[in-house]
Amino acid sequence: MHYSVFSIISQAFKGQKDWKPVWRYPEPKAEYDMLIIGGGGHGLATAYYLAKNHGYTNIAVIEKNYLGSGSVGRNTTIVRSNYQEPGNIPFYEHSLKLWEGLEQDLNYNAMMSQRGVLNLYHSDGQRDDYARRGNAMMMHGVRADLLNREQVREVVPFLDFDNARFPIHGGLMQWRGGTARHDAVAWGFARGADSRGVDILQNTEAKQIRVENGKVVGVETSRGFIKAKKVGIVAAGNTTRIAETAGLRLPIESYVLQAFVSEAIKPLIPCVVTFGAGHFYISQSDKGGLVFGASLDYYTSYAARGNLPGVEDTIEEAMAIMPSISRVKLLRHWGGIMDMSMDGSPIIDKTGIDGLYIDCGWCYGGFKATPASGYCMAHLMATDESHPVATALKLNRFETGHVIDEAGTGAQPNLH
Amino acid sequence: MRIPCPFCGSRDSQEFSFLGQAGLKRPDPTAPDAQKQFHDYVHIRDNKAGVTKELWLHANGCRSWIIVERNTLTHEVTGSEFASPMTKEAAQ
Ligand SMILES: Cc1cc2nc3c(=O)[nH]c(=O)nc-3n(C[C@H](O)[C@H](O)[C@H](O)COP(=O)(O)OP(=O)(O)OC[C@H]3O[C@@H](n4cnc5c(N)ncnc54)[C@H](O)[C@@H]3O)c2cc1C
Ligand SMILES: [Zn+2]
Repeated sequence: MHYSVFSIISQAFKGQKDWKPVWRYPEPKAEYDMLIIGGGGHGLATAYYLAKNHGYTNIAVIEKNYLGSGSVGRNTTIVRSNYQEPGNIPFYEHSLKLWEGLEQDLNYNAMMSQRGVLNLYHSDGQRDDYARRGNAMMMHGVRADLLNREQVREVVPFLDFDNARFPIHGGLMQWRGGTARHDAVAWGFARGADSRGVDILQNTEAKQIRVENGKVVGVETSRGFIKAKKVGIVAAGNTTRIAETAGLRLPIESYVLQAFVSEAIKPLIPCVVTFGAGHFYISQSDKGGLVFGASLDYYTSYAARGNLPGVEDTIEEAMAIMPSISRVKLLRHWGGIMDMSMDGSPIIDKTGIDGLYIDCGWCYGGFKATPASGYCMAHLMATDESHPVATALKLNRFETGHVIDEAGTGAQPNLH
Repeated sequence: MRIPCPFCGSRDSQEFSFLGQAGLKRPDPTAPDAQKQFHDYVHIRDNKAGVTKELWLHANGCRSWIIVERNTLTHEVTGSEFASPMTKEAAQ
């Protein structure tokens, strides 16, 4: 069913009773051309672009839980491309360009809102650093605006500009950045893939990747063995657990990151604002809730829930820039598992095992990458070559020394 | 989460800082495959789902490095010991 203003009006006259289910619940076939492990944003996008760009339709996505149960439905929905390393900027900019046309392409409202992403700076040194980042972006044709204090005040007048410890001196703005509705992104890609013939197998867990003579032959799942010529691991926080069944050892550690939403208030925060003296980001959803988060909990974890020190730290950072929200009530908070790579950048590559591909290492930034990750992973699985914007995202870059370390913190995943 | 420090007793996890997987051995730089070994030592981790042994520093306490046994699926902490045998001996 094509969604349009006419379908909405005609449904209104039919009492909304004529909407059709958006995807099927098929039985697994015995064999597929390709299997994607993980039905998060990236796995669904991979399947969608395999079908759309490369004509593969005899493929399936296997998801151990329900669609969108992982980080794709748990993140703080920030979309941007304000990176500074040459290996990252073209990739994330490709992603932002895909975001800009995504809803038309999917015929699905993902509530993509280019309301701007503003990174605050709090010292002269930090201003220079942000100017450098802005320049790096502009050298790749990505616009960035360095705002002074008064220009920031015009956008977000309610911040604590004269905070004794972290006064706000200005900010780096990417106006094209913003937020999107995370669940809708998963649903939109699922619908697009399903309508092109992709089987989405929910409640189907990949247990063991079967490799024979250095070549992948299929996946042992909770619903039996499924044969496949090619298999893509797109399991985000759980990547290590499934990759190790094929004998892969990865430069990844899993950590829990928490996120928070407050009660709904009247429109206050017009864009995404990040605190430069710590690590805190906040925006306001269309329902009015303030959506925010900070750093991950600093220990490895596969439990999608965090601890109280992380909550305290987040709230303290909120108070450092926005004391005006101190009496807003917190509605909910939750956690998600993050695949933190050793240099803080992602991996989309072959694995050394014939027919086995991997897409992982998304750290805090995988939501914004969803379209490009799917696009490039599909390209890799279909053609056996890296997409031109993803040539730096190699698995062996840790051996060759070509790491992409935006934060410059070295091989310590919880610091990225 | 509370961490049992062998010297200070049970303390809030906020007093500690986390380094990562315990038991990694610095490779021999003269080994023929030293480059590969160093790559693994610096970048490759077990990232186990289940009971792990990991290095924590009691930074806001006795400042000892300790090895904590913890379940990454549940956050349950089941034991700890000094990382260095010398510290262990000195504490007795
Ligand atoms: C709290 C939080 C806030 C975040 N904020 C942002 C943000 O503001 N901006 C941003 O860009 N990024 C953000 N991220 C990161 C982003 O959400 C993730 O990087 C991204 O969603 C990961 O890709 P995915 O959507 O495919 O992952 P997931 O949705 O986690 O998908 C992986 C799927 O694989 C499934 N799976 C795992 N193992 C198996 C198996 N053996 N068999 C079958 N299925 C399996 C899981 O059930 C899961 O559904 C945030 C993350 C968290 C947790
Ligand atoms: Zn101690």
